[in-house]
Amino acid sequence: MKVALFVTCLNDTLFPDTGRATVSLLERLGVTVEFPVGQTCCGQMHINSGYRKEATTMMRGFLGAFAGYDAIVAPSSSCVGTVRHQFPTLADEAGDPGLTRDVEEVSPRIYDLSEFLIDRLGVEDVGAYFPHTVTYHSTCHSRRGIVLGDRPYRLLRAVRGLTLIDLPNSEECCGFGGTFSVKNPDVSVAMGSDKVRHVRETGAEVLVAADRSCLMHLGGLMSRSRGGVRTMHLAEVLAQTEESQAGHRHGRAS
Amino acid sequence: MSRAFIGMPAFPVGAKEALNDPQLRSNLRHATTTIRDKRSRVIAELPDWEDLRLSGAAIKDDVGRHLDRYLEQFEAEFTAAGGHVHWARDAAEANRIVVDLVRATGETEVVKVKSMVTVECALNEALAEAGITALETDLAELIVQLAGDLPSHILVPAIHLSRGEIREIFLENMSGVRDDLTDDPADLAGSARTYLRKRFMSAKVGISGANFMIADTGTLVVLESEGNGRMCLTLPETLISVVGIEKMLPTWSDLEVFMQLLPRSSTAERMNPYTTMWTGAHADDGPKNVHVVLLDNGRTRALADPVGRQALRCIRCSACLNVCPVYERVGGKAYGSVYPGPIGAILNPLLHGVDNGPVERSLPFASTLCGRCFEVCPVRIDIPEVLIHLRGRVVEETHHGVPGPEELGMRAAGFVLAKPGLLGAAQRALGLVARALRHRSTIGALPIQGWAANWTGARDIPVPPRQSFRRWWRRSHKTQPPTPHTAQQTRSETP
Repeated sequence: MKVALFVTCLNDTLFPDTGRATVSLLERLGVTVEFPVGQTCCGQMHINSGYRKEATTMMRGFLGAFAGYDAIVAPSSSCVGTVRHQFPTLADEAGDPGLTRDVEEVSPRIYDLSEFLIDRLGVEDVGAYFPHTVTYHSTCHSRRGIVLGDRPYRLLRAVRGLTLIDLPNSEECCGFGGTFSVKNPDVSVAMGSDKVRHVRETGAEVLVAADRSCLMHLGGLMSRSRGGVRTMHLAEVLAQTEESQAGHRHGRAS
Repeated sequence: MSRAFIGMPAFPVGAKEALNDPQLRSNLRHATTTIRDKRSRVIAELPDWEDLRLSGAAIKDDVGRHLDRYLEQFEAEFTAAGGHVHWARDAAEANRIVVDLVRATGETEVVKVKSMVTVECALNEALAEAGITALETDLAELIVQLAGDLPSHILVPAIHLSRGEIREIFLENMSGVRDDLTDDPADLAGSARTYLRKRFMSAKVGISGANFMIADTGTLVVLESEGNGRMCLTLPETLISVVGIEKMLPTWSDLEVFMQLLPRSSTAERMNPYTTMWTGAHADDGPKNVHVVLLDNGRTRALADPVGRQALRCIRCSACLNVCPVYERVGGKAYGSVYPGPIGAILNPLLHGVDNGPVERSLPFASTLCGRCFEVCPVRIDIPEVLIHLRGRVVEETHHGVPGPEELGMRAAGFVLAKPGLLGAAQRALGLVARALRHRSTIGALPIQGWAANWTGARDIPVPPRQSFRRWWRRSHKTQPPTPHTAQQTRSETP
């Protein structure tokens, strides 16, 4: 199985640890991952902000970079949703039958990390060790967009040492919403503050999600108010092992 | 006298104002969460809910495809039954028709059934200009009217007001109200009933909208909870109904589907208390002069938009408002137009055009695209899909001339993100920023205008990493051959 990593432009640029964790997790599970260097961005921000022409150019780049792989894994449910649900419409609009064919070829092969682990690899226990209290925010794109269902919860429950606490009001949006966060900052922050309040109510040390973008928003709010809750992508938690934890402790002590 | 939605600010401005009102936040949270929970319970009772949604959507799509035929069929049936049909291209035409009809009766007072479409037309204001007083008889509409306020919800227009606030409004503006009025809901409703009864008995003209009109029988249908609507629909001598042309149902039996969809989605009831239906006029029963004004006012414009036309399925239940996290925090008035919430964010720009003004331009962006509205919509309007589509139309149809900072930024980002080499260069530049900020992990409030300030006003941003993922990969996976499939790579690139 030829597996490509779509790291996403946000992780590539601002959160490389999420990409590295995805690679180390998949390699630990025996998957050889390739990183097609022609990749950039799926165009989500541009589509959702109305810049469809730019998004179509990015889509063409994406289809070129990821042609020929059996599976494309991305640690981002919203980017997977874009490839799955928006690409067909963009290709239709372009009126280019070749483009539509490429979308039909590539789109069904993309997986969010949780989907790939559970549906393609058939693993729930990835051998991770993370002795911390965690709460999970099911982002809108993972919940209602690509419908990850209970997959992330099953993966987290199988992590040794991890205590998972339910997040109250988990069906509600965190208020990030892509460029909504800067075009309507007041509403975005109002929604985010309510989400942060629920996160704090759980008493968890770590807030986990399948999208770095929502975590950037919530993490930014918590950091500003010195909230004392860390944010981690699901991949980063699943990549942790006893050795990495020991190394982490050792590294800190020295 | 109520005010019309004219000259309202764009959404971000209205929203900011609303967010600063803690009483509003608390009223909205309480009201929306209560009705949301009730709705989930009554919908869970129906095992065929999904089939009902599909049927509702299919019937309404058929109406859109054959609207011309159904409208003429309705006109023929309604006229044959003794009613009068008028056609109005826009709000001004509808108002003129209604004013002329009321004037012909010689009356200067009319009683009104709660109706969104007459708010859309600003009919009350047009009547007032003609010296005619319109009295709202729906309890919540009456509250809003007495307060000189604007409705903020499709179904519960006074949702933004608490009982204490309503008591104040009654004491100040309702003639004949008892001085010892309490804020007990039964007491408030009782005083409104006393106030309204006298007017029902003397009213000669009633004005309404309609929830549905049925083509094959020529019937109009109004659903309501209080019975005040039925008073207005049956007691006066003249009844004038203003109805948007999309309210059509092809046949009487189609009503079966919507009588299940609407009450559960709107008031979270299995069945609404009052359903009034009338077909033309009858010599010995009800109003003698029965008129219907069929209103376009942008509906054919919306119908011409292949993605947006699904919004015309809307039956004004307001389930999307009640689940919307944005609506819950800002209320209806922030949307600056008659239809608030998620449906308003698509309906107003579709009816009036995205280039109509700042409100219509801002509304498609008044959503995080969280998708809850689509989940609950009884006629399956994919509101996020339409929002994204309209955002594209805003950029395409309203960005002319010198681009603003937002457009420049998005175009530049698009240029960089289209080329791996440029993205890599941008990341290396960010790496230099990271080195310069080596003692920090986050960046706080930035003193520059625009999106950066909007983000950092309340949120830190992480300091960029010293090396991007791409750079780390190149360094750590040197042995791996370059990406295969180079032949296919160029296949779908722009020529």
